[in-house]
Amino acid sequence: MGPYILRRLLIAVPSLLGISVVLFTVLALAPGDPFSELADNPNVPAEVKLMLRAKFGLDDPIWQRYFHWFNAMVHGDWGFSFISRVNVDQLIMGRLGVTLAVIGASQVVALMIALPVGIYSAARPYSLFDRIASSLAFIGFSLPTFFTGLLLILLFSIHLHWLPFVFRTHIPGSGWAWWWGHIEQSIMPVMVLGLFQGASWTRYVRSAVLDVIRLDYVTTARSKGLPERSVLMKHVVRNALIPVVTLVALTMPQVFGGAIVTEQIFRIPGIGSLLIDAILRNDTPVIMAVTFVFSCLVILFNLIADLLYGWLDPRISYR
Amino acid sequence: MAGSTRASVTADTAGAAARRRAGTSPWAEAWRRFLRHRMAVASLVVLTLMVLLVVVGPLVWKLSINDIDFRARLASPSLAHPMGTDDLGQDILARMLYGGRISMAVGLAAMLMAIFVGVLVGAIAGISRGWVDAGLMWLTDLFLSLPQLPLLLLVIYLFRERLKNLFGLELGIFLLIVFVIGCFRWMPVARLVRAQFFSLREKEFVEAARALGASVPRQVTRHILPNSLGPVIVAGTIDVAAAIISESTLSFLGLGFPSDVPTWGRLLFDSKDYLDIAPHWAMFPGMAIFLTVLTINFIGDGLRDALDPRKVL
Repeated sequence: MGPYILRRLLIAVPSLLGISVVLFTVLALAPGDPFSELADNPNVPAEVKLMLRAKFGLDDPIWQRYFHWFNAMVHGDWGFSFISRVNVDQLIMGRLGVTLAVIGASQVVALMIALPVGIYSAARPYSLFDRIASSLAFIGFSLPTFFTGLLLILLFSIHLHWLPFVFRTHIPGSGWAWWWGHIEQSIMPVMVLGLFQGASWTRYVRSAVLDVIRLDYVTTARSKGLPERSVLMKHVVRNALIPVVTLVALTMPQVFGGAIVTEQIFRIPGIGSLLIDAILRNDTPVIMAVTFVFSCLVILFNLIADLLYGWLDPRISYR
Repeated sequence: MAGSTRASVTADTAGAAARRRAGTSPWAEAWRRFLRHRMAVASLVVLTLMVLLVVVGPLVWKLSINDIDFRARLASPSLAHPMGTDDLGQDILARMLYGGRISMAVGLAAMLMAIFVGVLVGAIAGISRGWVDAGLMWLTDLFLSLPQLPLLLLVIYLFRERLKNLFGLELGIFLLIVFVIGCFRWMPVARLVRAQFFSLREKEFVEAARALGASVPRQVTRHILPNSLGPVIVAGTIDVAAAIISESTLSFLGLGFPSDVPTWGRLLFDSKDYLDIAPHWAMFPGMAIFLTVLTINFIGDGLRDALDPRKVL
């Protein structure tokens, strides 16, 4: 397992480099100076402007600018927000926790839906349960997250008055009341993301289990007289999960997209809504840093998926 | 294995039955298989109706999309305004019909772009071996692991002004959105096409063409590419839905089309602050997006059944 982990880590480095090149290219191709807001300010005298340009290295050759920029990005030196007058890394670190909590909780919900439903459907293919589950899954991933969010608000906040629809950072009280306040306001965002992911994963789980359940070793396990439950759980599911792990990792970028939308609908103070605010206010350093953080998160989750893959399928890690 | 024997027997009788029927071209056969998928057929009917409505609708429903009428502000659906009005008293039906044209055009154009890039990359990777293939696949994997929505937002933020000046407001944003969505959706197509090429280029009929002296471009365009189109068509169908969702997402975040171009996503964005007093304003565009995406996904599912020759129906 050791060399496998090392190999995976070494593969993650070029993809981080590749993503940073894409990001930097986009930035460099963009019309005008991203920092022109500062440099065009009439209150800034010409010599200061030149000094600033030299300091930011705007006149250096492009590859030098790239290394300069990449070095700063990797060291967490993300500059200074134009709008909030705070260091960007502080701004992001303060908000990253909420985003990760919402994404994490919604992934757990999605797995709790997709695994049992997918496995049960595949165990009885074309049964009534399977047909209903498949239709619901189809509807679930055809409903865009922004519309589900609005529908949930309309139903649970406006008609039923059960749940609050604006996320509050500071909940009064302590102990159980505090916890309940946080859970209550997280239910809808987590459900929006979780239902969407759960619906698309259900199909993956179902087809993966269907592929495995027909194999000969499963018949062998049955003919040994093992109870159906342990055949399914111990023999089928573990092998069926291998391709599912890859697919889950591949959909991570999509999950972050959904998280941005959800944070914007429910006004959750995470990095997704930070990104939208920054774009609406032309706050370039924040935009670049948030995009970079999202890229790093995608690579991190891919890495985790690779490691899980190696653990589920020992053949991979000994190759 | 018992299972496979039985499947091949049914496959033979089904094939023979199909051959006895009049149309035996692969497309007629695919159409026959498609008709077996009831949800897909129903979806095709619904989607065709929606497209017709959006194309013909504005010719029949003559109300303008930006006639402001403060007396009919936030009105519920009625005979004069079948889908109600928004906060400026603009007719939502007219805006829905107009927005539907844009949303569907964006979906189609982005799909064509994604297919074009995907087929090109996949075909080059699939026909060449060695470092070209490895490099292109590395690029594909890299694009697959990019965080798409943040990057979409970044590109639109950086390039919006210039394109607006170059092509005008509506066309500029349209081109930008189509280009960007197309750029982020070609990867699955490229992988599919490459995989198809890998298996097809070793087949006997391609070898026969090679033996007859067909050049590589001819082998690709006449023999390999037409046979690898099935999965591409399925992926393209699904891509239309994905592109419509992407465009609506951008507009919903307030960063796609401006508010005088009422796409379905933009209508939702404008309506979300009035959810408590005018829920109809959000329901109509939301349902329209949902129905379009759902029907396209079902059609894609039906096409997958129809175009996958391994599947016995």
